[in-house]
Amino acid sequence: MSTTSDRHPMTGNEMSGAAEGGTERHQYDVVVVGAGGAGLRAAIAAHEAGARTAVVCKSLLGKAHTVMAEGGIAAAMGNRWPEDSWEVHFRDTMRGGKMLNHWRMAQLHAQEAPERVMELEDWGALFDRTDDGLISQRDFGGHKYARLAHVGDRTGLEMIRTLQQRTVALGIDVFMECTVTDVFKQDGVVSGALAYWRETGRFVLFDTPTVVLATGGIGKSFKVTSNSWEYTGDGHALAMRTGASLINMEFVQFHPTGMVWPPSVKGLLVTESVRGDGGILKNSEGERFMFDYIPEFFRAETADTVEEADAWYEDKKNNRRPPELLPRDEVARAINSEIKAGRGTPHGGIYLDIASRRTPEFIRKRLPSMYHQFKELADVDITREPMEIGPTCHYVMGGVEVDPDTQESAVTGLYAVGECSGGMHGSNRLGGNSLGDLLVFGKRAGESASAYAAGLGATRPQVDEDDVRAARASALAPFEVEGGENPYAIQSDLQQSMNDLVGIIRTGQELQESLDAIEAFKVRAASMKVEGHRQYNPGWHLALDLRNMLLVSESVARAALAREESRGGHTRDDFPGPDPTWGTKNLVVRLDAAGTGVELQEQPLPAMPDELKKYFESK
Amino acid sequence: MGYELKLRVWRGDQDGGDLGDYAVEVSEGEVVLDALHRLQATQAGDLAIRWNCKAGKCGSCSAEINGRPRLLCMTRLSDFDPAETITVTPMRTFPVIRDLVTDVSFNYEKARELPSFAPPPRDADGKRRMAQVDVERGQEFRKCIECFLCQDVCHVVRDHDDNKPAFAGPRFFLRYAELDMHPLDTHDRRELAQGAAGLGMCNITKCCTEVCPEGIKITDNAIIPMKERVVDRRFDPLVWLGSKIGIRTKDYDGRTEV
Repeated sequence: MSTTSDRHPMTGNEMSGAAEGGTERHQYDVVVVGAGGAGLRAAIAAHEAGARTAVVCKSLLGKAHTVMAEGGIAAAMGNRWPEDSWEVHFRDTMRGGKMLNHWRMAQLHAQEAPERVMELEDWGALFDRTDDGLISQRDFGGHKYARLAHVGDRTGLEMIRTLQQRTVALGIDVFMECTVTDVFKQDGVVSGALAYWRETGRFVLFDTPTVVLATGGIGKSFKVTSNSWEYTGDGHALAMRTGASLINMEFVQFHPTGMVWPPSVKGLLVTESVRGDGGILKNSEGERFMFDYIPEFFRAETADTVEEADAWYEDKKNNRRPPELLPRDEVARAINSEIKAGRGTPHGGIYLDIASRRTPEFIRKRLPSMYHQFKELADVDITREPMEIGPTCHYVMGGVEVDPDTQESAVTGLYAVGECSGGMHGSNRLGGNSLGDLLVFGKRAGESASAYAAGLGATRPQVDEDDVRAARASALAPFEVEGGENPYAIQSDLQQSMNDLVGIIRTGQELQESLDAIEAFKVRAASMKVEGHRQYNPGWHLALDLRNMLLVSESVARAALAREESRGGHTRDDFPGPDPTWGTKNLVVRLDAAGTGVELQEQPLPAMPDELKKYFESK
Repeated sequence: MGYELKLRVWRGDQDGGDLGDYAVEVSEGEVVLDALHRLQATQAGDLAIRWNCKAGKCGSCSAEINGRPRLLCMTRLSDFDPAETITVTPMRTFPVIRDLVTDVSFNYEKARELPSFAPPPRDADGKRRMAQVDVERGQEFRKCIECFLCQDVCHVVRDHDDNKPAFAGPRFFLRYAELDMHPLDTHDRRELAQGAAGLGMCNITKCCTEVCPEGIKITDNAIIPMKERVVDRRFDPLVWLGSKIGIRTKDYDGRTEV
């Protein structure tokens, strides 16, 4: 079943830390980088399609960032609202993304998400139920109907555990605590990848005609973020270095509700389910301020009185949704404005109140993780007092530009899926659409990669040994530096700079400053040094991740400077409104000719077919 | 509000090591992991720590704080006297890789030994139906974040490496119980739990329950009921007679032993 017998039972490493030199070498049809929801779903699909498949991940299996997802998986199953359908979900997704989404991805996602959720149940997931015994579905921002399949507020944990157990049951090879540094090509197509074991610092070479990037996001480039250390944009940067392009990088989602206190957990996510389940936002004057921030685009479908908003939870047909459940970009901007206007809380946030709206029993049942998180980390009992929250960097809409049906990038054999791919969410992602994205496109990527590998037959692209030597030397360079700077200091300065200059509200001048700052960080990073040796050395790991963070940060800042309008997860103080001309264009970034920076290009949006356009005609 | 925390951290690898003394600046609201990160960023760049979410959700940063198995990210400094020295050591039950990072492969091996969920076909309309009350039992166990603190504290294996091959540990008894109580599963794993997984070696001292950061009642809700189910199957005279004359208990209707 598994070929892991000679390998380390946990990590998959073939050599003990004490063994002498050498590089391990493995042959696969499909190598998946990342073991979150997208990576595991891709690996399962590739394995089931008959490919020899490996998963390579920076952490232990089961620890990926998907575990943090709380709310649920958006899928038009119609278990609570039979009126729901893929067409409605498609429309919500496109409107949430301010029409900049790739229509085909939004369509495939809406059509296939329900079956992907059912599949999880086949593999052992235990979703919350409706009274009829079906999978329950909850309300979330931007979704017309209650549509999110959920398990309390720990849906991501359920998803990762289910996929992990499936991966183990199928005997798929997993290389844990193993970081990919380079993807190799021969004659323009993928031939392999180089990685290092975090445990020993030794290299491992994969001969593989396909690499599926499923590395997640870039949030660690920002100071206040809900993302874990792994989110250093590895897949984004690997794709660029391999010759692929990124799309929509200016769109970064700041989740409206992150914890603001205590400082050590600032940015930690507070699930949107709090609002979906009845929670409201108030400023320091006690005012439910979201009614003042309903944008024209959503006015027709948003309640404008407290009475209507409160009635909606029980009667969705005759009432419009509360303004607290506008898409995330709208809510985050409103909160930001309230704080800036001096109506913030003592710790610089605003209040999220569910205590005065629902019973303690309801709150503990529906939001157990939030109850636990605030109790343990902030000494706040959310069944009795409001939470203090503020925006936090949560998700990047931008990512590798891929074919919507196969997830293949511009480079043959290189695929990208999940948060590190772009297009599906346009300028703003709706809550609940990420978990569905991972499953739908994970499966598609795994299947298309294995089909391509199978079609190659015996003639496969070969890894060039010179490329391997160069990649190894580059990875080890930080050990050779005399007297350089510590990578932790550079990372910390980069995070502060991105937070201050490329944050939720942007201006042309600040974006230009951020690009200058990034150039200065690059100079510092060129001479950074790490102490100690290669065995489990976090300083060295960070030094390598930092290169990716710099490339990705530059992509975000450059695209943000170019897009002179405000739309979704990109707000320009100097260009406050959406501009219809910009609404027809994507921004694409690639590595520049020198290989040290990024170049930018405009590209027309893919044209939506007429039969889908009808869902957006005003009624 | 800030003060200088005295930290004692185990540094070393499989060949041995020592406690190192450090002093690090900390501030209000911080947790032990914050102090260790500051130590890493300012004084010990190569200090090995395994961590991910820093929110008590991924179960990566397990270690022992003043000898007690805990998550580094959920242990607040305000629980200690500022004058106190906090000692951080790696989990004792697993071999050390480096500093606070241990080789937890024991758990991944045990996970592979467990036969996975085996559902019947879906209902005619392509959906599955289960009552909320029935899924809630398993949901408690699926809150497990696999921090392996229960495995670390369990005295059956804590100082007895020789018991490891025959004992899966509390984390996996939880998994056996979850599948056994799953309303749709078609496998009967009781014999396996008792035999290969070594359920009988547990003498319910509840240490696992005490250290569980998710507050799962491992002993009361998973291990003891599992033990009862195993005993029912083996020794209950009525069940024994029933099985002899072809009447099975309804609980295990439609389940096949694996």
